Amino acid sequence: MDTQTLTYIFVGLSFALYIGIAVWSRAGSTSEFYVAGGHVHPIANGMATAADWMSAASFISMAGIIAFSGYDASVYLMGWTGGYVLLALLLAPYLRKFGQFTVPDFIGERYYSKTARVVAVICLIIISFTYIAGQMRGVGVVFSRFLELPIEWGVVIGMGIVFFYAVLGGMKGITYTQVAQYCVLIFAYLVPAVFISILMTGNPVPQLGLGSDVVGSDISVLARLDGALVDLGFTAFTEASKSTADIFAITLALMVGTAGLPHVIVRFFTVPKVSDARRSAGYALVFIALLYTTAPAVGAFARLNFIGSVHEKPYAEAPDWVKTWEGIGLIAWMDKNGDGVIQYGPGAPFDGRASYTDDMGVNGERLLANTPTDNANEILVDRDIMVLANPEIAGLPPWVIALVAAGGVAAALSTAAGLLLVISSSISHDLLKKTFRPQITEKTELLAARGAAAAAIVVAGYLGINPPGFVAQVVALAFGLAACSLFPAILMGVFFKDINREGAIAGMVAGLVFTLGYIVYFKSPWFGATNTADHWLFGISPEGIGAIGMAVNFVVAGLVARFTAKTPLAVRQMVDAIRIPAGAATPTSTH
Amino acid sequence: MTVEKNPQSADANSTRYWRENVKLLGLLLSVWFAVSFGAGILFVDVLNKIEIGGFKLGFWFAQQGSIVAFVILIFVYTARMHVLEKRFGVSDE
Repeated sequence: MDTQTLTYIFVGLSFALYIGIAVWSRAGSTSEFYVAGGHVHPIANGMATAADWMSAASFISMAGIIAFSGYDASVYLMGWTGGYVLLALLLAPYLRKFGQFTVPDFIGERYYSKTARVVAVICLIIISFTYIAGQMRGVGVVFSRFLELPIEWGVVIGMGIVFFYAVLGGMKGITYTQVAQYCVLIFAYLVPAVFISILMTGNPVPQLGLGSDVVGSDISVLARLDGALVDLGFTAFTEASKSTADIFAITLALMVGTAGLPHVIVRFFTVPKVSDARRSAGYALVFIALLYTTAPAVGAFARLNFIGSVHEKPYAEAPDWVKTWEGIGLIAWMDKNGDGVIQYGPGAPFDGRASYTDDMGVNGERLLANTPTDNANEILVDRDIMVLANPEIAGLPPWVIALVAAGGVAAALSTAAGLLLVISSSISHDLLKKTFRPQITEKTELLAARGAAAAAIVVAGYLGINPPGFVAQVVALAFGLAACSLFPAILMGVFFKDINREGAIAGMVAGLVFTLGYIVYFKSPWFGATNTADHWLFGISPEGIGAIGMAVNFVVAGLVARFTAKTPLAVRQMVDAIRIPAGAATPTSTH
Repeated sequence: MTVEKNPQSADANSTRYWRENVKLLGLLLSVWFAVSFGAGILFVDVLNKIEIGGFKLGFWFAQQGSIVAFVILIFVYTARMHVLEKRFGVSDE
């Protein structure tokens, strides 16, 4: 069977599994729709959280980013895992004890204010839509590369599947589907990683293979990669090229942002007990760490393989995968010195994105219309192909490639579903039930939740098919906004009783305006600002500015709270109750 | 009011429990900071001079070690809190 047939079978089987689970776990009440009735086992919740968390970006892009930026990529590895420590220690147990449905629920009740709740809903919706557009796109990309369908079709099929299980099953359906999706995605990630680790180092554990000696030599993978890169004129793989201040700020913003992302937090509302919330965050991180500690190995192996198979190789003898990905437009080669041999080095080989002419060169390569640069590098490679091309690069059998495709789709769908759910529950629960139409019945609220989920899917699909150039550039936005708004508001809500309504609202708005302003100033085309280190505040890039935004939030909230009316006694008692695990109730809608 | 008022919420026992919890949090978060921001970022160049098992130590902390430490930290917290909650009689189990 060829790769494409196998891919159809693998992806088709995984879809059948997800739909089967959705039918089996339909939601019958708002409690089941929002928090799966609060009955999810901590291990199952850990797996669901891991699938929810690991998106198309983690599965497809991360190893590629590590491959091409080495140590600098540590910000993602530490940032996207360290946040779980904050979540488990500072937020999850208390939010579980609070025992409601959504993040704005907590902020609205703790700060006794509909305004605070609405500000939280606005933060949540901006964060979630920014994030979801990329997921839908991820589904489309996997479909287009492996099944040779147009990206639009891929997005529509993905929308259909998510529609089915998110609208029908709510949190309950999503949770059990995500458990299945985690299994698919982790298996798909580890199988090629283990194969490649054995091929390169003889060690079947990729995490150890990374430091092991390359087969037939006494030099470790990392040392050999450092040497090869320095010879070519790159920064060594294990050395930093960003400034320490920037790496520090980005890592902090990603950690805090992770802990403040609503679709992650809400997962801890689904477990039966406070102690389960802590344990479940631990399991989630174990499941995430399995992929995140493998990624550096995958990245390093891929870079070494890539250099070995293209540098100083005649194009005519280049491996098949180079030509396959060149055909799709993700690899481009310009024979600048006319020797028919591929030279690889630092810097862009030519100006701008690859723009192919319809002609073929003398070596059989696709000719380019771009202006060449004056460095020696001749090859452009899209870093997103590393995970997808890895099985081909290592010469693994077609079923491994099909498995990777199914894993990529699982990663994108599971994250999209989690995001859709928090968007729909914030609309039906926080805006409708708790703010504008408190008289509606549970049945109407459930209907509204399903309607909101359906509407959110359509918007997400539209964004996936027509990604606004701006959104693609501001992935930092989602993390920055969560770091500067939701995380400080929840943290102060639990740990500082003196922070009152006025302080919290002022803090969220100040953090949000500062962070959003900084990112838009540097990232949007409207101000013409130069996005380089010389122009940044304290040398901190827009990716890391959420860390400063968080500090702004804390300071403003503290100052405003000092000079305004004290937190009411009833709210102080509520905080006391949240701090004690005893007496946690299952969330119900009859409070 | 959505959370049930706990009759013993503001008593001395709860206050002591909370203080112990905050102390434990401070300790564990110091470790969290030390393995990631410390070993992986601020002192990475110094630690990179040490090499263990084919890894420069600073680089290892940044890409592997900190993640392993994070997992351990959460389970240590879970276990310690279990003991603490039993001791102060505030467990939900």
